[in-house]
Amino acid sequence: MYRYTDFDTAFVAERNAQFRAQVERRIDGSLTEDEFKPLRLMNGLYLQLHAYMLRVAVPYGTLNSAQMRQLAMIADRWDKGYGHFTTRQNIQFNWPKLRDVPDMLDALAEVQMHAIQTSGNTIRNVTADHFAGAAADEIADPRPVAELIRQWSTDHPEFQFLPRKFKVAVTGSPNDRAVTKAHDIGLRMVRNDAGDAGFEVIVGGGLGRTPMIGKIINSFLPEADLLPYLEAIVSVWNLLGRRDNKYKSRIKITVHEHGLDDIRARVEERFALLKSAFTGIDQQLYAGIKADFAPPAFSTRDTGPFDLSYANDPVFRAWVDSNVNAHRAPGYAIAQISLKAHGATPGDATSDQMRLMADLAAQYGHDELRVSHEQNIVLPHVHKADLPAVHAALKTLGLATANIGKISDIIACPGMDYCALATARSIPVAQEIATRYNELKLENDIGDLKIKISGCINACGHHHVGHIGILGLDRAGVENYQITLGGDHTETAQVGQRTGPGFAYDEIVPAVERIVDTYLSERTDADETFIDTFRRVGMTPFKTALYGEAEKRAKAA
Amino acid sequence: MPAKFTPKVVTANALLEGDVVYLTARDEWSRRLSDAKVLTDEADAQIRLIDASARASEVVGVYLADVATTDAGPKPTHFREDFRTRGPSNYAHGKQVEAL
Repeated sequence: MYRYTDFDTAFVAERNAQFRAQVERRIDGSLTEDEFKPLRLMNGLYLQLHAYMLRVAVPYGTLNSAQMRQLAMIADRWDKGYGHFTTRQNIQFNWPKLRDVPDMLDALAEVQMHAIQTSGNTIRNVTADHFAGAAADEIADPRPVAELIRQWSTDHPEFQFLPRKFKVAVTGSPNDRAVTKAHDIGLRMVRNDAGDAGFEVIVGGGLGRTPMIGKIINSFLPEADLLPYLEAIVSVWNLLGRRDNKYKSRIKITVHEHGLDDIRARVEERFALLKSAFTGIDQQLYAGIKADFAPPAFSTRDTGPFDLSYANDPVFRAWVDSNVNAHRAPGYAIAQISLKAHGATPGDATSDQMRLMADLAAQYGHDELRVSHEQNIVLPHVHKADLPAVHAALKTLGLATANIGKISDIIACPGMDYCALATARSIPVAQEIATRYNELKLENDIGDLKIKISGCINACGHHHVGHIGILGLDRAGVENYQITLGGDHTETAQVGQRTGPGFAYDEIVPAVERIVDTYLSERTDADETFIDTFRRVGMTPFKTALYGEAEKRAKAA
Repeated sequence: MPAKFTPKVVTANALLEGDVVYLTARDEWSRRLSDAKVLTDEADAQIRLIDASARASEVVGVYLADVATTDAGPKPTHFREDFRTRGPSNYAHGKQVEAL
């Protein structure tokens, strides 16, 4: 993976020293909160409901074991012994004290991490397929592209005061695991008919208040044109994007208001001007970065231990069937570690769990870990022969839950348990749904089902693209939950449809149960997934299950 | 006719720790809502809000929060304020620890 150059190290050290002085000046009264707030946000420090929160960038979700161990150390020393992995492949510490944050940032710098541009109206952490460099279906590893974009966008002088935040996601696989169609820019690595490498560039996707599926602005952008083309898009939006209304400032609204053709023409015009400014240094950098992401030295070993355990241990078999994915190298597998034990907080890991995952990556996983946008951890390169040992170790700390992609593998934003923007809680809803389906023992029978929960309209929990999406709102001073069905976060992305009026806090889990029961009775057979059944039968039976009785009562009255 | 003024408390987050604080009758910051001075006069509330907002080296984000007055002291009227008195619902990491 990418290692900091001397320039990177010096840059992060200087920013940390600046922030340390800014914190001191805030505490001694030389800076007001109005002056300090933009400075702390530039360094990932938020003030939430009960405490500060430090959001640390995990670039394109890739970590090594030393970095994961350092996160555990930070959690123990300056927080409450745990961290929260987010839908943007980052980690958040929920309880830092203002005075400690400069020390936390220095500790992060020791392992080549930082919190720069994890907040504010800048280009945020670039996200990527969490199976990057490992997936069997991959055309090319998206991480060198993501790293190139990170270097270009970090402290980019033109893009420090954008109309709003800006998010880029990259996938190197036709099966989109990076939700590229719900980002300001989504990049899909493709090859044209001549076999040349390039990108399909998707623009104007996003969730939030006005969910939009991204549109293809360029179906084949040659690889070498990437940075000038991205710079053209962001600079066109930087000038056109609305600054009068923050709900209309994202590029999805700009594209919607001006039309894709108009934006494309402006981008092409800008690109023609910018292209010559990129003299090829970007391509030299890119070549160097690619070398940093050379695949590990995969070994050829007997998979006998795996075959034996798979045949004889039903618990191991269940875990493999749900949590292990195909790897590009023979004999290898991608192992997903679920941070969704039934009843636990989605995405949370204790410091002990972090250390165990780091140890397993070091011992069995070519020292690599990934954070998925679905708030799980991935060991991308494990030899199948080592999977029984990995599974046995994970079991010791409650990390072996076999539920990836299932009803209890829920994305949930922090919601009103932590977030100052939230309008309702989301964590306890996720906990209750997972606990309920664990009791019912229906999880495996239900199969693939994505529930995604957001505690406000900003949609950090991706509810619009959940098969079942849940949005927590404040309705006249009471928590109320709206449901959407039929959302899809993959290459066939779709925004879910609202079922109708929302449900009170104590009604939302029963409402989910009625939806799931309807699916189970409507599906043609156990092979028809929830989303396929929904697409076939439509909203009506689900609506009847949710509101049928109430409507009848209303008519009778 | 302007809306009737409902009882309020001055609340904020502590600058150093970030945790929720309430302004007491003695103009000190307390971690407990039960210590808060309940304000029933609008003009008085506005003055105390302005004074408290000026204490920038102690607190961040000062505002007036609605409360109901009960025999047991002020109680939150909105669920957000109720959570602020306790901490998160998934772990006993907030003020609920002090109550144990």
